[in-house]
Amino acid sequence: MYDRGKVIAGLVIFAIIFLFPFIYNHGSASPQPKPSLDTPAIKALSQKKCVEDKQFMITTHMQFLNDWRDQALRDGNRWYVNKEGKKVWISLQNTCLKCHSNKKEFCDKCHNYAAVDPYCWDCHIDPNGSKL
Amino acid sequence: MSMDRRKFLKIAGLSTLIGLSGKGAFELLKPGTVEAEMSHEAEGHGHEHHEESAGPKVRWAMLIDVKALTKEKAEKIRETCHFLHNVPNWPDKKNEIKWIWEDEYEHAFTDSYNEYDEVLKGLPFLLMCNHCDNPPCVRVCPVQATFKRPDGIVAQDYHRCIGCRFCMAACPYGSRSFNWLDPRVQLKKEMAKGRELNKSFPTRMRGVVEKCNFCVERLAEGKKPGCVEAAPDVMFFGNLADANSEVRKILRERISLRRKLELGTRPSVFYLI
Repeated sequence: MYDRGKVIAGLVIFAIIFLFPFIYNHGSASPQPKPSLDTPAIKALSQKKCVEDKQFMITTHMQFLNDWRDQALRDGNRWYVNKEGKKVWISLQNTCLKCHSNKKEFCDKCHNYAAVDPYCWDCHIDPNGSKL
Repeated sequence: MSMDRRKFLKIAGLSTLIGLSGKGAFELLKPGTVEAEMSHEAEGHGHEHHEESAGPKVRWAMLIDVKALTKEKAEKIRETCHFLHNVPNWPDKKNEIKWIWEDEYEHAFTDSYNEYDEVLKGLPFLLMCNHCDNPPCVRVCPVQATFKRPDGIVAQDYHRCIGCRFCMAACPYGSRSFNWLDPRVQLKKEMAKGRELNKSFPTRMRGVVEKCNFCVERLAEGKKPGCVEAAPDVMFFGNLADANSEVRKILRERISLRRKLELGTRPSVFYLI
């Protein structure tokens, strides 16, 4: 092999640079966030239950909110009937955030942890915040 | 697989026959089937037409009493609308966003302008989205971000809008505005000077087209549009499809104008004169 020294040195440098982030961050995984659900509105509820059950909301809220959006906006149907037959007004700003009035804690904490950046708040306003 | 010329020509001929004449080719093999299918299709089509002629049950429309409108009322209506929908008031005209705005007779009715009508010439006209029956903006939208609801409202879906502005080119009424800049920048400036935000309604983002939505969010709650509440003696809102509705009664009694009727868009905003 020609230029053995240079090639191997180059490969070693490349490997070090490539693996640096993995080595540097090894063992320092940030703990899974546990967003607090305590808000005055939720505390006041006699039965602490979201629109659907908790596990469903955790795993499916993204598709669920998309469905809500399409129902309300495209089909003009603003009522959602949940699995128990209860009617809920479809609105991110006026229904979801009425109970979950702690957007920073409730939405942002997990989204930041998972490094996802949903565009909801580009237009929708946090009704409890004083700033845009 | 080997094939002699004779066999090749047979297959080629048969495929051409089927390819050219489509369904008709099968008629040779099984007479009667295609004819039956076609008459069935025609029946289905006829049925559809029948339903269409029955028309929708709800067709929202707005009536604006031009003679009862004053500059002050027009300004109040505009302010109410722009508050309810968090519309920024950009100082620079090129960034302007407008859902409802005031203009003169001459500009509102470019086609039917009568320069000798001295009464109309002095009156203020409120212009807005006409929520056309045959909306050109809906036809040109490449992503169906703007669409016509069954109740006649031409809605705009900001989640889908890609900001191509075809709809703005298509709209003959100039009812659509484009967010060249982030509307929140201007809203924040206005909030620093004491502007209130309507926290039950979203803002828009940079790069989408917006317009009057006939207060679809208020109609869903059973309320009347904001402009009608701001000036109930000037603006009337109701169902055109119901012959006994208030708007139909007014239209029977008063003379009304609609903008650019010759374009065939069939607007549902009426100007009572």
